[in-house]
Amino acid sequence: MAEGILVVTNQEEGRVRRVAYEMLAVAQELAPGKVTALTFGPGAEHTREGLGRYGADQVVAFNGSAYTRYSSDGFAEAVAKTAESLDVEALLFPANAWGKDLAPRVAGLLKAGLASDCTEIYRRDDGRLGAVRPVYAGKAFARVAIQSPRQVFSLRPNIQAVKETGRAGAALDMDPGLDAASFKAVVTEVLTSPGGQLELTEADIIVSGGRGVKAAENFKVLEDLADALGAAMGSSRPVADEGWVPHSYHIGQTGKVVSPTVYFAVGISGAIQHLAGISGSKYIVAINSDADAPIFKAANYGVVGDLFKVVPALAEEIRAIKKDA
Amino acid sequence: MKILVLVKQVPDTATKIRLNPGDAAIQTDGIKWVINPYDEFAIEECLRLKEKHGGEVVVVSMGPARVEEAIRQALAMGADRAVHIVTDAVVDSQVAARALARVCQDEGYDLVVTGKQAVDDDQAQVGPLVAVELGLPQVTVVLKLEVDPDAHQIRAERELEGASEVVELSMPAVVTAQRGLNEPRYPTLPNIMKAKKKEVKSVPLESLGIDTDPWVVVEELTLPPERPAAKILTGEPEEAARELARLLHEEAKVI
Ligand SMILES: Cc1cc2nc3c(=O)[nH]c(=O)nc-3n(C[C@H](O)[C@H](O)[C@H](O)COP(=O)(O)OP(=O)(O)OC[C@H]3O[C@@H](n4cnc5c(N)ncnc54)[C@H](O)[C@@H]3O)c2cc1C
Repeated sequence: MAEGILVVTNQEEGRVRRVAYEMLAVAQELAPGKVTALTFGPGAEHTREGLGRYGADQVVAFNGSAYTRYSSDGFAEAVAKTAESLDVEALLFPANAWGKDLAPRVAGLLKAGLASDCTEIYRRDDGRLGAVRPVYAGKAFARVAIQSPRQVFSLRPNIQAVKETGRAGAALDMDPGLDAASFKAVVTEVLTSPGGQLELTEADIIVSGGRGVKAAENFKVLEDLADALGAAMGSSRPVADEGWVPHSYHIGQTGKVVSPTVYFAVGISGAIQHLAGISGSKYIVAINSDADAPIFKAANYGVVGDLFKVVPALAEEIRAIKKDA
Repeated sequence: MKILVLVKQVPDTATKIRLNPGDAAIQTDGIKWVINPYDEFAIEECLRLKEKHGGEVVVVSMGPARVEEAIRQALAMGADRAVHIVTDAVVDSQVAARALARVCQDEGYDLVVTGKQAVDDDQAQVGPLVAVELGLPQVTVVLKLEVDPDAHQIRAERELEGASEVVELSMPAVVTAQRGLNEPRYPTLPNIMKAKKKEVKSVPLESLGIDTDPWVVVEELTLPPERPAAKILTGEPEEAARELARLLHEEAKVI
C-alpha cells in the first residue's frame, strides 16, 4: 500500500522558504511512513540539512543541468515519476506562485485529486487524509475529502507552525531520466520588482492603505509605520487601480489573500471583497475617520480618527516600545 | 488563429455567503451570477489576439441553464460563438477539466485561455489540468502575453511573489490570465443585440463519455469564526495611538 509523504518545495541557491518547513511539520503529523522532501535546481543539495532538521527523513535534490530553469511540464513529470517510484500516499506543495503552477499539473499526471491552498491537513478516522481550505476567498471554509488513490494538497503559507525534530535528512539519489530538450514551457528570465518587497502572503505584519490615504505621495506616512513595525505594505484595490501603489499590493477577493498576525487597515472602508482577503489575519486593526465604516465590525482593535494624525503618532509609540524591549 | 476561452459563471464578488449548518454548498437563492473576474481578462486577451492576428474566438462554458447568461455576455464582448456543456451536477476541477478538454479536442485550437482561478472554489486548477489532458504546455497567472502565430511561439510574463518571470513556450498552449493583463471592455448595445443571434451549442455533459465522479468532495462548508467585538478607541489621536500601541504590546502581545 502507498505510504509516506512527498513534500515538494522550491529553493533558491540552497535556501527554502519557511513554508517548506511548515509542510514538513504537517507531513510529520500525518505520516506513518517516510517523509521525503524534493527540491530542484542549482544549490538544491544545500537544503538537505535544514530540511532534515525540520522533519525530512530523506531529501531528493534534482540539481542536474536539466533543472536549472523552471519548466512546469518538465518539473511536473519529474515530480510525478518520483511520487510513483516512491509510491507515496500523498504529496504536499506550497501554495505560492511556484507550487500553484506545478501542483495541478502533477495532480493531472498522477490522476489524483488536489485540494489547493489548504489551511489544515489531517488524518481522518477512515485512515485517509482530509483538509480544510478557504473558498470564496475566505468568506467560507470547506472541509474536503480526496477520493483518488493518491492525494495531493497545497498548503497556504504562514498558517502552520514549524517543528524542529532533527530527522536524518538522508540524501536519496534518484534520477527521473528527463532531458531538458523535451521541456516545452521554460522560464527564460526573472524580473525582480524594485524595492525587494516583503512578500505579502508570508508577512507577519501588514500595513495596508485605502482610498482614505488620498494620494500616492501620502503612502510614505504608511511606509514609515511599516518601517517601525518591520511590516510589509498592502492596499485596497482602487488604490492599486489608481496606480498609487504597485498592483502586487492589492489585497482581497480579486487580489492577494493574506494571513498575517496583524493586519493594519488604514483608510480602508471594509468592502466585502476586501474583507474576504484578510479574514485569515489573527488581529485586524482599523484606523478610519468614519466610526460607521464596516471595517470596524471586522476588527479586533480600532481607532476612529484622522489617519494623518494617528499613523505618525502610532509609529512613534511603536518605536518607543521597541527601544525599551 | 483559433482561440478557445474557458469561462465560468460564479457568484458576484459582493455576495454575502449564507449557509445552513452541515451544508456542503452555499445558498444560491437571490445570488447575482457573473463571469468569473479572471475569465474577463482571458476573454479580453483573446479578443485582442483575434483583432491583431485574425481568426475565431470560441467560448466554452459548463454548468446549468443559468450559465447561458454569462455566455451571452462573453459573446457581447465580441466572442464569435460558444459551446455550453450543460449539467446540474456538482463537479470538481478534474471533471470540469476533462469535460472542457474533450470539447477543446472536438473544436480544435491554436490557443486555450482561461482565468488563473475561479473566485468561488478558488482551486486554481482547471487551466493546468486542461493542459495535461490535452498534452499541452502551460503558462499561468499571466500579466503580459506576446503571441507569434507564425513561429508558433509564446512569450509570457507571469507573476511571482514580489517579482515576475518570463516563460517561453510553443503553441498550442494553455494560458491563464491574471489581473493586470488588460482592461476588459464593456459590451456595447449593438454588440449585446448581435450576441443574441450568435450560435450557442448545447452539449449535455453525459454525452461526452467521460468519468464524472469527482475526486475532491466538499463534505461541509463553515463560516469563518466571528471575531470578538472590537475595542474601539476614540479621542485625541496621540492618546488613541498610545493606547493602541499599549494594547498591541501588552494585551495581544504582537509587538
Ligand atoms: C468584482 C469586484 C472585485 C473587487 N475586488 C476587490 C478586492 O479584491 N480588494 C479590494 O480591496 N476591493 C475590491 N473591490 C472593490 C471594493 O468593492 C471597494 O470598492 C474597495 O475595497 C474600497 O476601497 P477603499 O476601502 O480603499 O475605499 P473606500 O471604500 O472609498 O474607503 C475609504 C475609507 O477611507 C476612510 N478615510 C477617508 N479619509 C480618511 C482619513 N483622513 N483618515 C482615516 N480614514 C479616512 C473613509 O472613511 C473610508 O472608510 C472589488 C469590486 C468589485 C466590483
